[in-house]
Amino acid sequence: MSSKNGIDLSLIQDMVEEYKDIKGSLITILQKTQEVYDYLPEEAIKYISEKTSIPCSEIMGVATFYTQFRFQPVGKYMVMLCQGTACHVNGSKKIMKTINEYLGISDGETTEDGLFSLKCVACLGCCSLSPVMMINDKTYGSLTPEKTREILRQLKEEN
Amino acid sequence: MKIVVGQGSCGIAAGAAKVYDGLNNNLDKSKATLTFSGCVGMCYLEPIVDIYDDDKMTRLVRVSENDVDNICKFAQTKDYSLIENITISKDDEEFLTKQTRIALRKCGIINPEEIDDYIQSDGYTAIEKVLTTMSPEDVIETIKTSGLAGRGGAGFPTWFKWNAARQSQGDEKYLICNADEGDPGAFMDRAVIESDPHNLIEGMIIGAYAIGAKHAVVYVRAEYPLAIKRLQKAIDQATEKGFLGKNICGTEFSCDMKIKAGAGAFVCGEETALIESLEGQRGMPRLKPPFPAQSGYWNKPSNINNVETFANVTWIINNGGEAFAAMGTENSKGTKVFALTGKIKRGGLVEIPMGKTLRDVIYDIGGGIRDNKEFKAVQLGGPSGGCIPAELIDTVIDYKSLGATGAIMGSGGMVVMDESTCMVSMAKFFLDFTAKESCGKCVHCRIGTKRMLEILERITTGKGQENDIELLEELCFAIKDGALCGLGQTAPNPVLTTIKYFRNEYEAHINDKKCPACECAEMLTYSIDKELCKGCTLCAINCPVKAINGSVKTAHEINSEICIKCGKCKEVCKFSAVKLS
Ligand SMILES: Cc1cc2nc3c(=O)[nH]c(=O)nc-3n(C[C@H](O)[C@H](O)[C@H](O)COP(=O)(O)O)c2cc1C
Ligand code: FES
Repeated sequence: MSSKNGIDLSLIQDMVEEYKDIKGSLITILQKTQEVYDYLPEEAIKYISEKTSIPCSEIMGVATFYTQFRFQPVGKYMVMLCQGTACHVNGSKKIMKTINEYLGISDGETTEDGLFSLKCVACLGCCSLSPVMMINDKTYGSLTPEKTREILRQLKEEN
Repeated sequence: MKIVVGQGSCGIAAGAAKVYDGLNNNLDKSKATLTFSGCVGMCYLEPIVDIYDDDKMTRLVRVSENDVDNICKFAQTKDYSLIENITISKDDEEFLTKQTRIALRKCGIINPEEIDDYIQSDGYTAIEKVLTTMSPEDVIETIKTSGLAGRGGAGFPTWFKWNAARQSQGDEKYLICNADEGDPGAFMDRAVIESDPHNLIEGMIIGAYAIGAKHAVVYVRAEYPLAIKRLQKAIDQATEKGFLGKNICGTEFSCDMKIKAGAGAFVCGEETALIESLEGQRGMPRLKPPFPAQSGYWNKPSNINNVETFANVTWIINNGGEAFAAMGTENSKGTKVFALTGKIKRGGLVEIPMGKTLRDVIYDIGGGIRDNKEFKAVQLGGPSGGCIPAELIDTVIDYKSLGATGAIMGSGGMVVMDESTCMVSMAKFFLDFTAKESCGKCVHCRIGTKRMLEILERITTGKGQENDIELLEELCFAIKDGALCGLGQTAPNPVLTTIKYFRNEYEAHINDKKCPACECAEMLTYSIDKELCKGCTLCAINCPVKAINGSVKTAHEINSEICIKCGKCKEVCKFSAVKLS
């Protein structure tokens, strides 16, 4: 059941079956779909629409409302940089600039080699360690420009 | 001997997992057992390891992997000199001893993933007492006596909401917990869920019993994966032990609980938007009335409370409403948790009785301002709140006194700022946030916040115009009056309070094109101090636009015509010779 872009829809088949008749589950379905593909592929949205009888336009309406959902593949490393109040006061702007310069990407972009994506978020709940960023599921605190470059350099090297 | 490693999100970010793994691999388990807890709230000292030996507890702080060896040796020898250098100081102990803990009372002490730990510390006794000896009306009456008010921001009396939902007709009712924790800078709800999830669950079941709900939902924000994981585990354990599900504690009362993960939208913290989101829709607020108590989730009577509100309930049931009401002031009872962050020496979670002052929290508990800088202001209530200036540091912490300053109690974010924070830029920061997070349903909020942001942007880039302050104020009042929900109605607060207390800073930006705090990049000039410059050429090499001239071992100079104010030279200079003005 693989579509023309190589999206294997069988990966979400069981999940959609499980949730499609539970009312109010659209966001949960979209979250679980994103867990599988790392973003929401067009094919998957069409498939969900067919199965749930919710029009694609409505699904897109919901999906675009929430910052969690993405419509493009992201890099191997998802860098979420906190721009919450505590991080702002403790210099997250400088960290932003460091990442912009070091990786050559700004908020919402992905590096050409497909390794890193950058996304600004509000508060990761680790304010005491501000400024903070999260890469995939790991949180890095008390960032300085040097420390940030070092973390990114190490990840680059690992690949 | 028992060794407990604190593993909340922040502890883990500071390296607690590595410490735990190190101990797990190397500790002689016949000498000591190893376990973990959530977060005790002394975030500035993470990673924290507690060692219990007989009745004595020794707290180790800022523990790193390198300390693992010595801790293991200590377990063998009980030679305290081995761990002396990482044992908490008397001063730091005061961070906790000066607090009064109710909502957080078990955080960082028990293991959040073991229901038995919770039960052994008097857990699930309140629900048993409620279900076997109290009527729903009794519960509501106890909460009324306690004076508990909502900790999610608005401070509405909890008993009143419970009563309204109880009185509402209908056999299907819902109890909802708001764990969206949208204020960027607050993290007490995360800490409660990660560190003591059963306390939240027990408080919620009591609430469900009081209003007559058979279903409970917790709406947790997506950025808190660990909280979601631990809460799910706790729900499963509680269900298994019969504290959730059918016939709780062997009584007639049944209630189930599930988690819904948010998807990243600040407005979903607003209760009616939260309900829309629970129903799988765009999180757009509904018009009130009808209030959720009449028509909420799936148009059924619903009651929504914040995590911290629920976290107080078990204590109130066990100790009585009077004991809770004995703390605090005339208009605000009990304790409040604050997430103390920013330019503070000791940052973390602070729970104090209402009636203390901001000074008590910032200086007495928080230890004052970092790096010997000057205290300038404190931000309370996040994007809906305001900045309270240094001269009002003796303001009493209760709903009324904080409200009188133009700020709000809020959910408990307390971000401390020093002289290097520009207040106009701070206002811009919040407006940027609310403009992005506005759901777009009403014009005042959607367009109004955008226009305000534009004005603040031009002020902070040196293009401010003469009447900008008045224009901002006019917009503020229009938005406050016209916006549909709390997001828009409170969005002007950060601007209004900074204008009220820091008008001179706005004027300096607009009239003199100067940023007194030296934060707004466009208005700064960079120069090199000839005395301090050693002529190392590092700045000239790093300058992206070649604006720096000078030869080796002679003082360098910045050509301000070419300089793009990127700050690179200041960052690389090893002699602090680059100055801002
Ligand atoms: C824009 C906006 C965001 C809010 N965010 C939160 C939040 O993150 N957490 C919360 O508990 N309450 C939040 N509230 C308040 C809720 O609408 C609601 O009053 C609260 O959850 C009720 O619980 P309480 O009575 O226990 O405080 C927010 C309100 C508004 C207007
Ligand atoms: S403000 Fe960045 S983690 Fe809270």
